[in-house]
Amino acid sequence: MGDILVKMEGIEKSFPGVHALNQARFELRAGEVHALVGENGAGKSTLMKVLAGIYSKDSGHIFYKDKEVEITSPRAARDMGISIIHQELNLMPHLTVAQNIFIGREPRKGLNFILNENQINEKTKELLDMIHLDLDPQTKVANLTVAKHQMVEIAKVLSFSSEVLIMDEPTSALAESEIEELFRIIRQLRDKGVGIVYISHRLEELKQIADRITVMRDGCYIDTADINSVTKDQIISMMVGREIYETARHEAANKSNEIILEVKNLNRGRAIKNVSFYLRKGEILGFAGLMGAGRTEVARAIFGADPVDSGEIFIKGKKVTIKSPKDAVKYGIGYLSEDRKRYGLILGMDVETNIVLAAYEKFQGVLGYIKQNKTRKKAKSCIDELKIRTPSLQQKVKYLSGGNQQKIVIGKWLTRNCDILIFDEPTRGIDVGAKSEIYKLLNDLAQSGKSIIMISSELPEILRMSHRVIIMCEGRITGELDAKDATQERIMQYATKRENAINTEIGGLEYAK
Amino acid sequence: MQNKVTCSSVIQKKTLLQSDTTQKLLAFGSLIIMFIVFSLASPNFAKFDNIVGILLATAVNGVLAVGVTLVIITSGIDLSIGTGMTFASVMTGVFITYCKLPIIIGVLGGIAAGALCGFINGTIISRMKIPPFIATLGMMMATKGMSLVISGAKPIYFTDAPAFNKIAMGSIASIPNAVLIFFGVAIVVNFILTRTVLGRYTFAMGSNEEAARLSGINVAGWKIAVYTMCGILFGLAGVLMASRLNSAQPALGQGYEMDAIAAAVIGGTSLSGGEGTILGTVIGAFIMSVLTNGLRILSVPQEWQMVVTGSIVVLAVYMDILRRKK
Repeated sequence: MGDILVKMEGIEKSFPGVHALNQARFELRAGEVHALVGENGAGKSTLMKVLAGIYSKDSGHIFYKDKEVEITSPRAARDMGISIIHQELNLMPHLTVAQNIFIGREPRKGLNFILNENQINEKTKELLDMIHLDLDPQTKVANLTVAKHQMVEIAKVLSFSSEVLIMDEPTSALAESEIEELFRIIRQLRDKGVGIVYISHRLEELKQIADRITVMRDGCYIDTADINSVTKDQIISMMVGREIYETARHEAANKSNEIILEVKNLNRGRAIKNVSFYLRKGEILGFAGLMGAGRTEVARAIFGADPVDSGEIFIKGKKVTIKSPKDAVKYGIGYLSEDRKRYGLILGMDVETNIVLAAYEKFQGVLGYIKQNKTRKKAKSCIDELKIRTPSLQQKVKYLSGGNQQKIVIGKWLTRNCDILIFDEPTRGIDVGAKSEIYKLLNDLAQSGKSIIMISSELPEILRMSHRVIIMCEGRITGELDAKDATQERIMQYATKRENAINTEIGGLEYAK
Repeated sequence: MQNKVTCSSVIQKKTLLQSDTTQKLLAFGSLIIMFIVFSLASPNFAKFDNIVGILLATAVNGVLAVGVTLVIITSGIDLSIGTGMTFASVMTGVFITYCKLPIIIGVLGGIAAGALCGFINGTIISRMKIPPFIATLGMMMATKGMSLVISGAKPIYFTDAPAFNKIAMGSIASIPNAVLIFFGVAIVVNFILTRTVLGRYTFAMGSNEEAARLSGINVAGWKIAVYTMCGILFGLAGVLMASRLNSAQPALGQGYEMDAIAAAVIGGTSLSGGEGTILGTVIGAFIMSVLTNGLRILSVPQEWQMVVTGSIVVLAVYMDILRRKK
């Protein structure tokens, strides 16, 4: 490992309502791969976006090659030699590999207007050769796999002769063989003296690729260590180390309650692999896992929002076919999206309309005439029942708080007589006070006989609410725990249990024999 | 490992070849089939005079279509090309007939009038962030009104400048100049689109505008350039139109934008941006005029011609969607 390239100290960053970075620090040496890990929302990406000039810091110091610098824009960062490859890639699918790499700085000839296409193709070829990637510079990016997109981004970074490369979850969309290819290129860059920041949720792969690791939690710096001096368990406990404010639930749902929903062998491409589980009446079933584990995909598949490759769904023991959300609603399934403002509510319309929106057939007369006295009555009773705070039924939903908006979405599905409610991140963007109200509401709903699937990335929430927890990783169910057995550590163990890791373990054992 | 990579890039090339050329082959194939069908249906269709007529009819719409193709590739739209063209031809009339200026000044003035409209379109869209549909809808109405105001709602004749008519209707080897100009325009714009910075950024903006911006491209500036380019082309179309009719007809023009957009779309230009070729658009323009001409020769009433053309446009786009699904 070489000299210190980047040193960040006392970085503070707040967004409205969120203290994203709290005295965060980070250090990167030349020629190292430095893993940056933490739970969802720990501030990893935010910290790196500060370094890459995408966010400006509120306070703190950044030193680059021993000199204090102010990084004001992505362009300034790039000119200094700091490049970032985003989780969502920034390529132009209709252009070729070479055109993408040299976009905005094409070599020109003739009146400074005509492109020198040969030159960019040649230069690109050189770059691709440098990372031993056999790819035609004239291939359109749209025809490449996601893995190749990554490689193209890396080649682009190389062409800026960057000394710092930040990669945000580079392997989240890659297959095993593609990850190997990526690692090969990363090692090559490292050996050339590039400092690489590697953000990842996949703890197993860090051992293969990283030299040092820094753990962040709740916007704070926790610790930095050599990767070989820490175990995976130590990393996990550093990641989740916070105190649990809420006491966990220690009771299981009544085991004698009937099974209301059963899913068998659900499959959809690489997103959902052989998922089977059941849900009892009156039960809150927590779905834990890291981002991209496939939880939302399972929910959408059950709700009929995405087509599935195979799988069976039983409701109250009867096999059903759900091809669209309309079917799902017919069988009493309601889905409350994590992005309620986009998928759950019509923000510009009033409270009453939003509550009865999914159930107009109950309130309509001849030729679609709306029986307004009935909708009003229903909306009123809903507001009382769920304790929605709104000045009137005519208030536009966009003026209500996040907690009240969430309650209106719940009210909408209750009005539709849904018995199975799938909550996707029910408290995202809701402040602490309103959170406990939502929790109470979920408990009341379960007690009144509704069955609830709750997808959440917040472990305390999962522990507090669930009667039973299912943990997913990479589209598979990797574990199931009853409330009394569930702990943050055990859930994280399952949540990072990658398929290939299991395979290599088995392979390793066999080899040992 | 190396082997595998090579192998997959070969496969990629193949699918690329298929997907990019299919639409053009399809369009070109339908053009040939239409030509054969009409020739068999009517002995008058394949006659030299009629074919020259088709070429001539394609010229104006073709120049408009080439211009709007540029705009559509940026994932924009220009509804003002039809009435903008009329505005340009009226201005040409003003310069030549009212002001008695030399023909060359009138021609350049007409083109400049178009360029100005395009420049204003581009500025409104990229600086004021008004959606292209709205901005150019406004320009469409405004230029229509201006044409009528300036001309007093009466045609302007070019009787004092007999040479003006030669611009479009003179001929080389019995092919009218208008047709040659159209081909020239297509070749030049094709070069701009494929070989110059303007063309590259046109595709880049349409493919992923945010990525283009993050790559340090002056998106607003280049967008203005593209709309201005489109304006220059509908200005030129206006001059050709005036020359062909030997008069500037202020009431003409509305509806031409739809024919031009249809030609671009039939030729494989994607309305969501990032995709399109000039060759495709030229073929699309010919399909439109062969269809119109053929149906007229078969004495299909004009009302029914419109029904058929409309159906063809929808069908062409549907074929494109089917192709993409694969």
